[in-house]
Amino acid sequence: MHPSNWTRRAEFVRGMRAIVPLVIGAAPFGIIFGAVAVSGGVVAEGETAHQLSPLAVQSMSLFVYAGASQFIAAELVRNAAAVLVVIFTTLIVNLRHTLYSASLAPYLHGFPQRWLAPLAFGLTDEVFVVSIARYQQADSSPYKHWYQAGAAVLMYSGWQFFTLIGILAGRSIPPEQVARLGLSFAATVTFIGMLIPMLQSRALLISAAAAGAASVLFYGLPNRLGLLAAALVGIAAGVLAERAKARVPHG
Amino acid sequence: MDSLSEFLLVAGMALVTFATRYPVLAFFGKLNPPPYVLQALKFVPPAVLSALIVPSVLLPEGELAVQPNNAFLVAGVLAALIAWRSKNLLLTILLGMAAFVLWRALLGAL
Repeated sequence: MHPSNWTRRAEFVRGMRAIVPLVIGAAPFGIIFGAVAVSGGVVAEGETAHQLSPLAVQSMSLFVYAGASQFIAAELVRNAAAVLVVIFTTLIVNLRHTLYSASLAPYLHGFPQRWLAPLAFGLTDEVFVVSIARYQQADSSPYKHWYQAGAAVLMYSGWQFFTLIGILAGRSIPPEQVARLGLSFAATVTFIGMLIPMLQSRALLISAAAAGAASVLFYGLPNRLGLLAAALVGIAAGVLAERAKARVPHG
Repeated sequence: MDSLSEFLLVAGMALVTFATRYPVLAFFGKLNPPPYVLQALKFVPPAVLSALIVPSVLLPEGELAVQPNNAFLVAGVLAALIAWRSKNLLLTILLGMAAFVLWRALLGAL
């Protein structure tokens, strides 16, 4: 890239432009999240649907800002999980962000906190993918963090907007219509679409299979702790599978 | 959920999420996760997603239901096939939801 393009403004705008397709891709999830979270969906007969107020749903997007974990939290709340269990599950689900931070840290070494704190807050899967690509480009632009900032600002604004649309849509759908419209299946099918392309190696496949089997075994655990227990089994199985493969190079 | 629980829920989620994003970035050089931790983190997303999906398709009402009148299972398997063939998230969601709605309508008509 030519040095004349190394301005704060140019980097910021270029970052925004780079993330546009991913923002469009996030739109359905933001909308479905908002709709499912406020509608409460359907539960077994005789049980009450636990739902979140529109304020809580929008606050989750504003202050937590981590799509997959927001989905999962809404699903757990619907099933009457305890607050502490939802928070701990959020921690586990979002641990992957630590990988992103660790990858970006060398490029942001020595930056002041007024940059690091907001960039860390806005570090979603999409923002990471777009900005690591910019940091890895060979040119020595001093404003690559402005590129990340541009991507982060657009993603954040988009997520707030889509959540709001979803909340408004979810509020206007009567509960008995939720199942008919397939909303009670929306979260599950989203997770399926995210999971399948991840299974790129035998260890990842083993990890998912073990977690799935364990989730049925642990289904009866109180407070929806089964999800956490099953996830830990899956992670352990993946690590073991990878170690076994490392020991048998031709296996 | 009452408003106090909602406040605690969102505040707690915000806090732990920031804790996964900020410290390693802010204290680079002083706070480096060991390689085995980074290796284990790679398995977090597939394990969590699978642990969410499997019970919601196999036990949608809380009881094991491996049968054709379970629309969650039928549409879930179909969605997995679509995801595998197409690797397209949006297409998977749209066709998966359509299959779910159609299968339920079909069961209702029988």
